[in-house]
Amino acid sequence: MADDPQKPPPDSGRIPGSPRDQEASAAADGSVPATPPKAAADKPAGAAPAEPLKAEVSRTDAPGAGASAAPPATPAKEPAPKPANPAAASTATTSETSSATGAPSAPATPPAKPAPAAAAAAKPAAPAAKPAAPAAGAAAKPAAAAAKPAAPHVPAPPAPPSGPTEPPPPADAAVPAYIAALQRDLPGGVTHVSLYLGDWTMVVPAAQLLEVARRLRDGAEGLFDFCSDVTATDWPPRSGEGRFDVVYCLYSTRRRQRVRVKVRVGENQPLPSVTGIWPAANWLEREVYDMFGVNFTGHPDRRRILMPEDWQGFPERKDYPLEGPGELLMENPVDWLKLRQAREQADIE
Amino acid sequence: MFDTNELVINMGPQHPSTHGVLRVVLRLDGEKVVDADVVIGYLHRGIEKLSENRNWTQIILLTDRMDYVAAATNNVGYCETVEKLLSLEVPRRARYVRTILCELQRIASHCLWVGTHAMDIGAMTVFLYAFRERELILDLFEEFCGARLTYNSMRIGGLPQDLPPGWDKKVLQFCDIMSSKVDEYEELLTHNRIWLERTKGVGIISGAEAIAIGLSGPPLRGSGVPRDIRKDEPYAAYDEMEFSVPVGTAGDTYDRYLVRMEEFRQSLRIIRQAAEGIPEGPIVGKVPRLIKPAAGETYHAIESPKGELGYFIVSDGKSTNPYRFRVRPPSFCNLQALRQLIKGHLIADVVALIGSLDVVLGEVDR
Repeated sequence: MADDPQKPPPDSGRIPGSPRDQEASAAADGSVPATPPKAAADKPAGAAPAEPLKAEVSRTDAPGAGASAAPPATPAKEPAPKPANPAAASTATTSETSSATGAPSAPATPPAKPAPAAAAAAKPAAPAAKPAAPAAGAAAKPAAAAAKPAAPHVPAPPAPPSGPTEPPPPADAAVPAYIAALQRDLPGGVTHVSLYLGDWTMVVPAAQLLEVARRLRDGAEGLFDFCSDVTATDWPPRSGEGRFDVVYCLYSTRRRQRVRVKVRVGENQPLPSVTGIWPAANWLEREVYDMFGVNFTGHPDRRRILMPEDWQGFPERKDYPLEGPGELLMENPVDWLKLRQAREQADIE
Repeated sequence: MFDTNELVINMGPQHPSTHGVLRVVLRLDGEKVVDADVVIGYLHRGIEKLSENRNWTQIILLTDRMDYVAAATNNVGYCETVEKLLSLEVPRRARYVRTILCELQRIASHCLWVGTHAMDIGAMTVFLYAFRERELILDLFEEFCGARLTYNSMRIGGLPQDLPPGWDKKVLQFCDIMSSKVDEYEELLTHNRIWLERTKGVGIISGAEAIAIGLSGPPLRGSGVPRDIRKDEPYAAYDEMEFSVPVGTAGDTYDRYLVRMEEFRQSLRIIRQAAEGIPEGPIVGKVPRLIKPAAGETYHAIESPKGELGYFIVSDGKSTNPYRFRVRPPSFCNLQALRQLIKGHLIADVVALIGSLDVVLGEVDR
């Protein structure tokens, strides 16, 4: 499935190229694309331009079948083009075979017979053109990169997102009483309120965290007595103003409501521990420290929890590699050091 | 010479009664536990980090490896979270089947729990009985998805395939068999003098303390807190099912045992209703070909056999993998209470308490 959107690039990349390029790439692709030029050569000169054109049509149709499902924004429209596509594809193939037989009436029949089908096919073809255009641009880039062997093989990944999307609640949504009470009683305690998929989220400054937490637990509107989860999200581009979002998922066993509290905190910035308010946060905060290196102050037992005590680094940070040196380091550290030195020297040279 | 010196002993990580690789460092005064340090992480595989580098569909099978005695529940929890992010409607038939699978898993998980818990305390027979019935559930799962432990039994938006013909009849047959077997377990244990001596009054935790320390699931309900996500925040088809939430009164090991025994029966009740009322219709919703939720984040929790299983997932809307994947494992949070529970008890009670919390180390360490 994932291949489908990537299929158009080599095709569309070939079109602006010289005829020799076209031939070479067609030969490299295999025998399937090689047949149309051959068939064209067999035909009289008049039929030749029509032949690749038809192949062109059927080719844009074929990715259209895959690409029409690709835009997820309009799932409702999906079933409509689906039945039309096979029909269009089949008419395309029939027209091709009829033209291959050399019957002069062949060019006349396709527009007459599948007129409704073609009209329907025009619809999926239009969205198909859209994903194809950026794909062609993307295809040109790796092609250019491939020309220079020194260039890195991997195209630059898209810039990492700089922060979470925290859509503010719509104007007609009533802010829950516990948030309203906080905003009223604790000025500056809540810097942002967000509602997404029915989840309320509050962003709270680190200095006010304990006060907000205490009010959420004890305030009559909230009664958030159950700390479901404490976790963090790493946003490296935000390293200036605090790269981590520490997220507290709270639940009220009496009012049966949930809320998320978020605190932005920097790499070396201390964050007060909420274990005094919710003892459940003890291990959860230890895990956040273990995985992200967030410094909780006032924590009764700040040690690593999942990783070994002498572990270096914080594994769930975004800049921490997914894979390590593997077994070589464990079995023969000297060899591993030599290998690393050799790699570093190669980099320098 | 006759001073009482405190002695530190190490229990685990290789110990038959710790249900995996749990290490408990015990500080003992004679046979009494003065303090304990619970050490985990021996089974840490970095599932969260790994998931952030896999696409949305590939993660389903990673979730199998967390609570491996109730893998289908993990699948359902994850798929529902992604469906919430995608704002996807799941067909009713799929929701019914999910309910049946979740409840079958609850019974299978409780079977394993009652067997091993009883064996830790010294009752060998129940283990053999419970594993006999667990086998029937594994057979049902094998027929549904081909696997017996790590099922990969769910897809985002619905089910991987429709039910095999006659499967719902077999499920109903199983319910008939199982309901008499639960009575059998209870006959062996509930009024057994040794069982009562070993579990009554052991590891008492009040409702307020249980909430504060973050217990969920049967351990929380054993302390008298009627909290069940199936009732409070219904998912799958639980809003259409009739069942009651058993709660304990004393909050000791015996009450946690009674709660789970009653959950067997309630689960059977749910399965019967769901299996008799499976609606016809599609099994998969309108899932986009390329799963790529819009940028945003959500937390979604379901009631796993162990407690609140939550997923906190952040999507950046650009890549085909989650930006942040976090699991709130119920076993992890329940195990946190162990230190508090075993203080002041005898060393022999430690295994009873570990069993009564029903932890799976694959989920604790992830």
